[in-house]
Amino acid sequence: MKLTINGTEHEVNVTDDIPLLWVLRDELGITGPKYGCGIALCGACTVHIDGAPVRSCTLPAAAVWGEVTTIEGLGTPSALHAVQRAWIEHQVAQCGYCQSGQIMSAAALLANNPDPSDADIDTAMSGNLCRCGAYPRIRAAVKAAATSLRET
Amino acid sequence: MGRLKTITRRTLLVGSAAIAGGVVFGYWRYKTPYENPLLESLGDGEAALTPYVRIDQAGITIIAPRAEMGQGVHTTLAALVAEELDVALEDVRVEHGPASKAYFNQVALEEGVPFAATNEGNFAEGVRNSTHVAAKLVGMQITGGSSSTPDAFVKMRKAGAAARAVLLAAAAEKLGVATDTLVTRGGVVIAADGTRIPYTELAVLAAAIEPPEDPELKDPADWKLLGRSLPRVDMVGKCTGTAQYSIDVRLPGMLFATVRMNPQLGGELLSFDAAAANAMPGVQKIVPLAGGVAVIASNTWYAMQAVKAIRCEWGEAPYPASSAAQFAVVEEAFANSHDSRYLDTGDVDGALADGADVEGEYQVPYLAHATMEPLNAVAWLHDGRLELCAGTQAPTQAVKDSAAIADLDTQQVTLHTTLMGGGFGRRAESDFIKTAVHAAIAMPGVPIKLTWSREEDTTHDTYRPLARARFRAKIANGAPLAFDLSVAAPSAIESQLARIGLSIPGPDISIVQAAWDQPYAIPNYRVTGYRAPVMTPISSWRSVGASQNGFFHESAIDEIAHAAGADPLQMRLALLTHKPSRAVLEAVATMSGWGDELPDGHGRGVAFVLSFGVPVAEVIEVAATANGIRILKAWAAVDVGIALDPRNIEAQVQSAINFGLSAAIMGEITLREGVVEQTNFHDYDAIRMAQAPAIDVKILENGTKIRGIGEPGLPPAAPALANAIFAATGQRIRELPLNKHIRFFR
Ligand code: FES
Ligand code: FES
Repeated sequence: MKLTINGTEHEVNVTDDIPLLWVLRDELGITGPKYGCGIALCGACTVHIDGAPVRSCTLPAAAVWGEVTTIEGLGTPSALHAVQRAWIEHQVAQCGYCQSGQIMSAAALLANNPDPSDADIDTAMSGNLCRCGAYPRIRAAVKAAATSLRET
Repeated sequence: MGRLKTITRRTLLVGSAAIAGGVVFGYWRYKTPYENPLLESLGDGEAALTPYVRIDQAGITIIAPRAEMGQGVHTTLAALVAEELDVALEDVRVEHGPASKAYFNQVALEEGVPFAATNEGNFAEGVRNSTHVAAKLVGMQITGGSSSTPDAFVKMRKAGAAARAVLLAAAAEKLGVATDTLVTRGGVVIAADGTRIPYTELAVLAAAIEPPEDPELKDPADWKLLGRSLPRVDMVGKCTGTAQYSIDVRLPGMLFATVRMNPQLGGELLSFDAAAANAMPGVQKIVPLAGGVAVIASNTWYAMQAVKAIRCEWGEAPYPASSAAQFAVVEEAFANSHDSRYLDTGDVDGALADGADVEGEYQVPYLAHATMEPLNAVAWLHDGRLELCAGTQAPTQAVKDSAAIADLDTQQVTLHTTLMGGGFGRRAESDFIKTAVHAAIAMPGVPIKLTWSREEDTTHDTYRPLARARFRAKIANGAPLAFDLSVAAPSAIESQLARIGLSIPGPDISIVQAAWDQPYAIPNYRVTGYRAPVMTPISSWRSVGASQNGFFHESAIDEIAHAAGADPLQMRLALLTHKPSRAVLEAVATMSGWGDELPDGHGRGVAFVLSFGVPVAEVIEVAATANGIRILKAWAAVDVGIALDPRNIEAQVQSAINFGLSAAIMGEITLREGVVEQTNFHDYDAIRMAQAPAIDVKILENGTKIRGIGEPGLPPAAPALANAIFAATGQRIRELPLNKHIRFFR
């Protein structure tokens, strides 16, 4: 099957039922999206498909309907996305394992809602578990990223 | 992938005598009996000036030999070296370094001494110092007990200062000038005439110079890095998906594996039928293990599917099969002779002879660690060596255990410690690394990454012990006249030590940790520990015994205050004898506006716990709403003695509070027919964004010693919440998780 990931087309030879997450991680070596639960409970595997946040652990790769963007495609250390910049500014990450997913959820939220309320943030981000409990800084960074995106 | 290349290159260097032309120091003599482990793997033009500093042409690497599992320890430890070495943090690489006894944790055993942290008398200090000798002899490289910062505070600054001293001496030799005419700045030696020589050019020369035994340290007034909030060295990687955890390691030709162990923990694998699994896509090999089975496949998902398709016949668990039966065993322990009674002041029995004014029974369940990154490790058996990539809190033990399985000498095992997606005590165990080693042995020459599924991780933890407590108290003049607290639990230390072939010599002080050693002046005051037998495997869980005893002790104190008609915060303040402890309580009162009028249905709870030497006071405010209890806000004041990185300390306290609240509200592992019932985040969840309160943190520095802060913020969270619920609703909940008794807003 063919998949377009971060702007590059990939051909992979896998079964139809394998979730996108494992194609990304094991078949293609794109390890930014993380395995946390495998059943859409934690958000660690969040990627964008045509800009919408998707839990890649439960989406069969064969059912992918558009272009996939992972955290690696959102921004890089030398060309950060505004959300990543806000995350670094607020020193959000602790163990960091959930943060790829948190950032992808936040970026998708802000693309649709440039000025989210606390309740909007709660709704958009509550599918992303953080066992380190970095929530106060995640909230602050989402708001800071919103401000910086509105200003640009 | 740069890091992987480095790993591979070092791998080639190890044992291939490629150090020809490289630089080897004879010994790092600063107070360590162990050889500098960096000397084994030096390449051309590389120098290891101390076990903590390696320099090659590409730059400077600081070894931070404690597990970076989220607590920011790599940044803080690297800053200790960088401060004295005079380099900018952004100009150095930071690595875990090799597994080595040279990185033994000197203060890890201090928490086990039978003296309260507030006791700084000569005798107590003498006993603490004697544990340093034991720690050195054992040579255990371990991250835990909030000990990384106190352990490193002097020795890693000395390491930086020693390295700088030899670099200066090398420059003096090269330029033919006196050392005292030279200065350093930002990784460069600068001579009086303006000549600049980078450290990287001096390393080889410097390596031939004997470092000073006891170099002088900077006056803290001159610190440029320490005492400031620094950008974490791992932050950019973690925010761009480029940070590498062991689950992300990729080696050429790697295969992927998973395991399924007997869900009755410790039970045998009686027989299995893998015919169906063998025929499934991608499956390369089925590997029977003691008590389980592993599947190696061409990707992790294929392995996870196949392992589910194996039909297994399991032996029974060697413990009582249900939670109720296990709690009954714990309850029975109260009838045994006690395990410890470190606190017995006044005449408790006398004061309670005519009955108690207030009494209660408390209970907490088993808890899973549930690190965000499921347990996993990479193992590769090749050329008579075993290479491991793993996130471990106990590298030397992991190497020892792996070597034993592979029938190798520990010298033939190389461990690359990676970043960890959470540890919380779980990664001090070697079980997950051992499963990877078994798989690697079944396929020599092939690197195997073995990942436990979330379900396997949740159901095969070494849990926080279940525990029960009872208290009785007598009140006089609005304060406790007598307080008698008894705690019964199986011993986590006994369970942990048994897994590495050791037994516990005396009482397990962790059963009463943070209960017996609190600085309250109560005239008749007794804390007794009872030890139940180990049943389901247990271990240290963030804050260890303090995680349950904070709840027991501080809920009881709150009950006493209400029974005495006293304000719970003012009563504690009147009882606290230790100045830094009083100060955190006063601070949290001010921050929260304790005593202010609250809206209807709101309530505030306070708790104070001193654990790991850190006094912490927390206030939590809740609202009883139509949709359940809502946590509105938390305030915390902590005293770490010396605050090296305030912003990181704040993050750790917020993290510990959220971790503690998650357990308090909903954390529960139960057993049925010998099997853990919870499997994933739907039935073992934690608080999410919508439930997480804003948390204000104040850091004080009145304490006499520098302390670590990964754990101490946790123990007061549960009692502060339970006490707030009582204040808001009048309902006193004596069992965790609280959601068994009251509904929470979600
Ligand atoms: S791994 Fe996909 S939601 Fe948890
Ligand atoms: S930062 Fe560790 S799980 Fe979120």
